[in-house]
Amino acid sequence: MIIAEGKPIKDILEMIEVYDKIVVAGCKGCVTVCSTGGEKEVGILSSALRLARQARGRPLEIKEITLERQCDTEYLEPLREIADGYPALLSLACGAGVQFLAEKFRKHPVLPAVDTQFIGVTEEQGIWTERCQACGNCILDRTGGICPVARCSKSLFNGPCGGSKGGKCEIDSQVDCGWQLIYDRLKELGQLEKLEIIMPVKDWCTSRDGGPRKRIREDLKI
Amino acid sequence: MKAGSNLEKILASGQFAVTGELGPPKGADVSVIERKAKLLKGNVDSINVTDNQTAIVRMSSIAVSAILIRMGLEPNMQMVCRDRNRIAMQSDIFGAYALGIRNILCLSGDHQKFGNHPTAKNVFDLDSMQLIQTVKRMRDEHKVLGGDEIEGPPQMFIGAAANPFADPFEFRVIRLAKKVASGTDFIQTQCIYDMDKFERFMQMVRDRGLHEKTHILAGVTPLKSVGMAKYMKEKVAGMEVPDEIINRMKAAGKEKAREEGLNICVEQIQRLRQIPGVHGIHLMAIEWEEVVHSIVERAGLLPRPEVK
Repeated sequence: MIIAEGKPIKDILEMIEVYDKIVVAGCKGCVTVCSTGGEKEVGILSSALRLARQARGRPLEIKEITLERQCDTEYLEPLREIADGYPALLSLACGAGVQFLAEKFRKHPVLPAVDTQFIGVTEEQGIWTERCQACGNCILDRTGGICPVARCSKSLFNGPCGGSKGGKCEIDSQVDCGWQLIYDRLKELGQLEKLEIIMPVKDWCTSRDGGPRKRIREDLKI
Repeated sequence: MKAGSNLEKILASGQFAVTGELGPPKGADVSVIERKAKLLKGNVDSINVTDNQTAIVRMSSIAVSAILIRMGLEPNMQMVCRDRNRIAMQSDIFGAYALGIRNILCLSGDHQKFGNHPTAKNVFDLDSMQLIQTVKRMRDEHKVLGGDEIEGPPQMFIGAAANPFADPFEFRVIRLAKKVASGTDFIQTQCIYDMDKFERFMQMVRDRGLHEKTHILAGVTPLKSVGMAKYMKEKVAGMEVPDEIINRMKAAGKEKAREEGLNICVEQIQRLRQIPGVHGIHLMAIEWEEVVHSIVERAGLLPRPEVK
């Protein structure tokens, strides 16, 4: 899923300073799962914003709503029904959701209430970690199911740099060395010979480097 | 001859090579380079010029290498993958060759987190293995990565690094084998203090026959103090300093620490010379170039051979 983190309330207050009323829109997708932008967080953030504005004598009217998803047109209807009564939308969805709202609600400024961070997993309750950089050309079959692009701090393809020590990365003793993880996993699988593969120069054009990406499925188009 | 550099000629002739290292200034002051270069002249066969090491902005390795050539010294230009993509790197390799540079050391590069611009975006379009392949392709196939023919191929003597002390230990020789298979002509290792572990590493290297396919230069760095030894042991990733070395530095006391550091370094070189498959040393006297002459002399490696 996509992992995000709420922006500091101070930054959000600054963004919405000019408005007397706003919609605070959550999303029931990834940001709900990572406890950042679901119904609960919409309620908590809205209360905090109301209190902060009240304390300064500039009350703020907030309409709370949490959509099924913000990245699909069909789920935006409930927001369309109420948006006209408000001059701006504050979205707790990921960057894709914020942008999609901006495209679909042409008259409204759409403001981000969260910082979108990465594609990751819930490692344990309250801990999310990165797994994928969406490079568009998966090599996990060759690396024991652990991605060197996402898990090595230098995205090295051919083994650990000289900074791997005791299983940790040179950048931080709390960060696992991605290549140590790959090594351990291949050892477990009895596939250490895969370490000998020389990975050729990567074609990055399937990644963001090829420009904004698009996928079309002709058979699904209406 | 692949490049015809002095370093290549010495290694090809079977003589024991000595390379040095010069860190460029954090600015445009050429006198810093000249001062360090004079201390290295005549004592080493080739001088590594670091490329923004530890991610601290310094004068470019190409520019400093060109200045060394002007002074009659041979550079070994280091190039890291951190700051440039394949377009800029290949362009710089053309330029470097045109300026007379004949040795290149292909490295991943320290993460920018350590440097003076920790908020920078890194590149790593290629990794060091792929940079080696790129330089080899340019030299031997006369083609850039994209496939276009090169007008005037850069004939570089291609080097890479090996760190026998980083983890996972068993992966280190595999990685070296991949570097050799990718086209590395010579290898320079991380500073060695743990001789026993390096001997084990070299045994694995010989078991795979890698010492016959590439020239391995063992890295040495003289210690200035017990503090430096401890710092290397504890703070520098991928570095091992045995207690025996730390105790010797401690026992020497503050006043004689430098002298003991030099003694250890000379002893290490003598031991390294006995290890089959070690074809030279890479002497990194970091900000201590003054001692290079005496170390090389005491190790019995002077005068440096003249090859044609």
